[in-house]
Amino acid sequence: MEEVKEQLISLPRLGEPAPAFEVVTTQGMLKLEDFKGRWLILFSHPADFTPVCTTEFIAFAEIFPELQKRGVELLGLSVDSVSSHIAWVRNVEEKTGVKIPFPIIADLNKEVSLAYGMIHPGQSKTETVRCVFIIDPNQIIRTILYYPLTTGRNMAEILRIVDALQTTDKNAVATPANWRPGDPVVIPPPNTQEMAEERIKQGYECIDWYLCKKKL
Amino acid sequence: MACISPDGKPTESGTKMLRAIESGMGSAEEIASSAGLPLFRVRSGLREFTQAGLANQKDDKYELSSKGAELLDSLST
Repeated sequence: MEEVKEQLISLPRLGEPAPAFEVVTTQGMLKLEDFKGRWLILFSHPADFTPVCTTEFIAFAEIFPELQKRGVELLGLSVDSVSSHIAWVRNVEEKTGVKIPFPIIADLNKEVSLAYGMIHPGQSKTETVRCVFIIDPNQIIRTILYYPLTTGRNMAEILRIVDALQTTDKNAVATPANWRPGDPVVIPPPNTQEMAEERIKQGYECIDWYLCKKKL
Repeated sequence: MACISPDGKPTESGTKMLRAIESGMGSAEEIASSAGLPLFRVRSGLREFTQAGLANQKDDKYELSSKGAELLDSLST
């Protein structure tokens, strides 16, 4: 497989529009804009028919119903052909009984991999590392996670991030460390001295004026 | 092509979409809801149908072309 030459590429960053694409997938030709109005988790895996990736695909399929409840679509990617993807997902279903319900991009020309910074030559010059891009309904990148080739992703954390982002958007709050749905959320800190003084009188659970939490 | 097979016939999901369009479901969202398919697949399928001349787009609504109607008829006979 052709190695990726070192080159300076401007990688997508949080808060910026997700790079557009039009790609061949296991569910036909898809464009990024086809997902507009829905949350999208675009994730890459190193290669089909590999052990860690297989465990991840089964795990993604298992959280798929929970993601759907949250209005989230899944879209996988690797630098493999669509025939390889089809053979692999059929094999996974045959051997484990798990059907892969989401499309997988066949990024043979590495167009999407490079646009999203999914190939890290220090890890592999030919395969994508384990990336997760959480893209909101306006197609803005809201979260980027990178995992090395040897570490399978944590689905509970991916669901937790989706819950946190959606809670933030809905309620204009932030979420503290290790937050889980139902836990108190962080109220944005006051911007003025007057607001700071008012904040501590408002009956929130406050450590001090800049760290107040409330139950939703 | 995800909605049209190489032999020119619509796939199972393609047929669901064509039937939804035939029943008067105009927008991609309405077609997705009626056909029970994800919106992204419907948007992609509608591109296929319009490129193949099976459906026509007017603003954000879709209707079957005469070619699309003939194709659906041929499936039920």
